[in-house]
Amino acid sequence: MSNLNLPNIERTPGGARVDLVRVAEMVTRGAKVLDVGCGDGELLHLLGETRGVDGRGIELSREGVNKCVAKGLAVIQGDADTDLADYPDDAFDFVILSQTLQATRQPRVVLEHMLRIGRHAIVSFPNFGHWQVRLQLLFAGHMPRTDILPHSWYDTPNIHHCTIKDFRQLCDEVGVKMEKAVALNAWGSPLRLSAPWWFWNLFGEQAVFLLSRRR
Amino acid sequence: MVEASVTSLRDAADAPRDADHPRDSLIATFGADKPLTLDAGVELSPFQIAYKTYGTLNAERSNAVLVCHALTGDQHVGNVHPVTGKSGWWDTLLGPGKPIDTDRYYVICANVVGGCMGTTGPASTNPKTGKPWGLDFPVITIRDMVRAQAMLLDHLGIDTLFAAVGGSMGGMQVLQWAASYPKRVFAALPIACATRHSAQNIAFHEVGRQAIMADPEWRGGRYHLDGTNPRRGLAVARMGAHITYLSDAALHRKFGRKFQDRENPTFSFDADFEVESYLRYQGSSFVERFDANSYLYLTRAMDYFDLAADAGGILANAFKGAPTRFCVISFTSDWLFPTSESRAIVHALNASSARVSFAEIVTDKGHDAFLLDEPEMFGIVRGFLDGASKARGLR
Repeated sequence: MSNLNLPNIERTPGGARVDLVRVAEMVTRGAKVLDVGCGDGELLHLLGETRGVDGRGIELSREGVNKCVAKGLAVIQGDADTDLADYPDDAFDFVILSQTLQATRQPRVVLEHMLRIGRHAIVSFPNFGHWQVRLQLLFAGHMPRTDILPHSWYDTPNIHHCTIKDFRQLCDEVGVKMEKAVALNAWGSPLRLSAPWWFWNLFGEQAVFLLSRRR
Repeated sequence: MVEASVTSLRDAADAPRDADHPRDSLIATFGADKPLTLDAGVELSPFQIAYKTYGTLNAERSNAVLVCHALTGDQHVGNVHPVTGKSGWWDTLLGPGKPIDTDRYYVICANVVGGCMGTTGPASTNPKTGKPWGLDFPVITIRDMVRAQAMLLDHLGIDTLFAAVGGSMGGMQVLQWAASYPKRVFAALPIACATRHSAQNIAFHEVGRQAIMADPEWRGGRYHLDGTNPRRGLAVARMGAHITYLSDAALHRKFGRKFQDRENPTFSFDADFEVESYLRYQGSSFVERFDANSYLYLTRAMDYFDLAADAGGILANAFKGAPTRFCVISFTSDWLFPTSESRAIVHALNASSARVSFAEIVTDKGHDAFLLDEPEMFGIVRGFLDGASKARGLR
């Protein structure tokens, strides 16, 4: 899905995408993981190398799927909006939605399925409340385009943008527990943990949430 | 018309000879102490399996790959065919350094039970009568074929396959392997297949069988005894089936409406069109290497295949708890085993929490694509087997 088309995102000296490294840090070793919208398999590969996970993936684009399978990853062609329903309850330890939430037709339903299939969910998304986004709309008067949101309004796969604040609200409505959250600045570094939410919402270019079911 | 294009390279009398004493093949014989128990409720005994191997079995006996052949295939997957002189039917995929790398894997390919290239089938000699079995041969199923292959592995001292690979009817066998012997297959690669034969596919098979049975030379299946051979019937069956292996786009690209060696129509029923000439050639060359009764038995085995029915109607139960890792491949223009069938396999495997990959390959070559030069398929097969061999600790 959207993972395939992020050429300008920051990378670590080792070459891994910083947002994926943050996601990987939240996954326990040897866990069973489903990556929804796994693109060309970069995160699954990283998780296999650094966390020794039993990883599976779903990817919408045929091109992405075939690249993944040729790399030896267990990936199937499928759609987050329709195909998560086929998975049994508690099939995974972690279900990951990396940079894909905003491209789903029904983000809430997808989130609910993720926490049905997996004990934990990890969601990362571009924060539409970032100051650059706000300024572009306010002063330039056009739909924002940034390094992590490079598309024009008419050809973007991203149809459900949200801010960090919006996402926290959704979590409350769905009744999920936020175990960890990280906001990353434009260089992929995490913002100060002690910072208040409004600060994250303004200065976080993207956010990563670790969620679990509320007991 | 078909008759005119059939050259008599081989007599019907040759078929029993090949069926009992295949050329350029290894033979495993199973005596009275090792009968093959068939789904039809009878035992086949004695019987034999003709097979080929490529590469070397490692000391741990852990690098064996079973290649399962399709309806009209045979054990000669990677060598020049002793009857037709053509190169191995999957030698694009299999060989030294190729995706199924015979430098790394020990590859076994066996003629299926009911076949006509050396494994016991209707053209083989019935030990009770000393004559070809004909229709006295019991009806066999995909599960019977796999049961026989498992006996071959026992015979070779191989407990667990590193991988089972096959397309079409071969893919059905791969799925059956995972269902029947989940602990004996580490990785399964079913290509262009389904967990059940559709009504449309059964219908096509029935047309083929009726063409054979309508040939007066078929003689109720006793043609071996009468010295006849239902060539025309078998050729027509093959012509019809061959169309289902292609696609409208592939036929159009290859032949269009082009005339064969002529400028204008002859206003007759001669093979004016290239596509007619091509089909007649396909039909006539097929009868030189295949037994008509075998065609009846093997098409029947595919018709009966229904993994879900065997698992109480729920497909996911067929693979429940299977430790096998799967890679399912389909082709966009395959209308005989369309992608929707492969998707059903994937859904069932997901529901049973199996480790599964699924790739659909864009091609206009139809069902036949699995046998052809499809670089993307080669990349996927190689990647999947590489990943599995790492997990298996091979090399």
